[in-house]
Amino acid sequence: MSVKQISVFLENKPGALMGMTDLLAASKIDMRALSLAEASDFGIARVIVDDVYAASDALKEAGFIYNITPVLGVCIPDEPGGLHQVLQVLNDAGANVEYMYAFLGGPSAEHAYMIFRVQDRKAAAAALRAKGIKVVDQEHISQL
Amino acid sequence: MERYYQPEIECAPREEMIALQNERLVKQVKHVWDNVAYYRKKMEEKGVTPDDIKSIDDLHKLPFLTKSDLRDAYPYGLMGKPLKECVRIQSTSGTTGKRVVAFYTQHDIDLWEDCCARAIMAAGGTDEDVCQVSYGYGLFTGGPGLNGGSHKVGCLTIPTSSGNTERQIMFIQDLQATILCCTPSYAAYIGETMKEMGLTPDQIPLKAGIFGAEAWSEEMRQDIQNTLGIKAYDIYGLTELSGPGVSFECSAQTGMHINEDHFIAEIIDPDTGEVLPEGAQGELVFTAITKEAFPMMRYRTRDICRLSREKCPCGRTHVKMMKPKGRSDDMLIIRGVNVFPSQIETVLLNYGYPANYQIIVDRVNHTDTLDVHVEMTPEMFTDNLGEIAKRQKELVDGMRSMLGISPKVTLVAPKTIARSEGKAVRVIDKRKI
Repeated sequence: MSVKQISVFLENKPGALMGMTDLLAASKIDMRALSLAEASDFGIARVIVDDVYAASDALKEAGFIYNITPVLGVCIPDEPGGLHQVLQVLNDAGANVEYMYAFLGGPSAEHAYMIFRVQDRKAAAAALRAKGIKVVDQEHISQL
Repeated sequence: MERYYQPEIECAPREEMIALQNERLVKQVKHVWDNVAYYRKKMEEKGVTPDDIKSIDDLHKLPFLTKSDLRDAYPYGLMGKPLKECVRIQSTSGTTGKRVVAFYTQHDIDLWEDCCARAIMAAGGTDEDVCQVSYGYGLFTGGPGLNGGSHKVGCLTIPTSSGNTERQIMFIQDLQATILCCTPSYAAYIGETMKEMGLTPDQIPLKAGIFGAEAWSEEMRQDIQNTLGIKAYDIYGLTELSGPGVSFECSAQTGMHINEDHFIAEIIDPDTGEVLPEGAQGELVFTAITKEAFPMMRYRTRDICRLSREKCPCGRTHVKMMKPKGRSDDMLIIRGVNVFPSQIETVLLNYGYPANYQIIVDRVNHTDTLDVHVEMTPEMFTDNLGEIAKRQKELVDGMRSMLGISPKVTLVAPKTIARSEGKAVRVIDKRKI
């Protein structure tokens, strides 16, 4: 049970990100979330999309270098301290967060979601579930 | 079993070869003295006449010819035969702005093709083989030279010339080509494309490749051999001396046998011009002793290499030249350090990167900068920025220890460095000096 993040290699130069968004738009891919990580001469665009298969197909065809990384998707409780509670559980479970980013989802964007990259994803997911926190998978994200 | 095109010459005892060279040199010096006014003047300036040249031991008395002589004498100044007796010209690409135009009589072409035929047979070629010549045809010597050699051996010759890689692969497969002749960078590209098409080495009918016209490393040889499932042989030549086939590799793959019945090789100190003792590394100098129309005497190639007279297991007795470290034209001087693109290539291949790279040299605030562009590969890519940065640093460290100066390594998107169908553009020097 995971969210399938697509990580795309991009050169750090004008128009590089646009080349990718242009391709995804033309392929009718809906992006749920996007996060950028950059080094001095290149970057990695991390995207969550509705149709992982179609997106990876389009990227491959266009000659992009990418991979699919399973990440942890969490629906954040809609209450004060919601994110804090999630982090507390991850901390207690000894899960080290490499990176994370958030997005809003649902018919009127009423839900907040967090994407986590952790080393032991399965253990982290189990710990969250044990505390009644909702862990979501790619299917859930696709249907948002 | 080792095959020879002209065994009586290729395996001749050393004394016989020296006798042949003596006789031909004396005759050639007279031919040049009588017919090439430009060189005669150079001899007169040095106080040398044909009478002073009695054997190859007197070779060092003759003046050198350099690329600038070719430029000064362009186009007809170094011809040894009237135009009426010439049947062909070939020319260099002129990328360095110094185009060379060489002339050939029918006899010259015949001998040149013999040299190429020797190379093809040394690579195991026979009249049963299908030889695809993917060197450019036209002014470039690669295509015409190997084409002629392939005919002499009796191979079925496929003159595809360079370019249109899909068609190249179609012919290799449909006509079961067994020998491929092209530049090493194009061979690597053809291999890469076949691999992308899902072809494994055992599905490729090729058994041997004859690759030259560019400096290439031992690691690149291994790479091409593995991808195409062949034995890759080096071949060497210069338009000034006819073209490919001045020297070629045999089954031992440990240096290229120089066709000594046509070319006498010397190694000199590039700074002083002094002839260096056997086995020393220095600049390679050739004297063509059979060429009629364009007889080069003591021509300085600018290639840095070493000669070896060690007995070769293939049975050939001709001296071997080791792979040149690079043409001194290719050599870059960066922050005072000599850098050959082939050294950078070696590091890339050692670290598992493809040999597709571009070197960008610039000068920022009076300091030279070296930036090596390398294409990102699916194998190397990971979602982890730190991991990629670590590999980038490994590459920088590897190059620093090889070159003695620290480069910058830039990872670029795939297929952004132009693939070569002829000679690859490996170096962009933006310095304005």
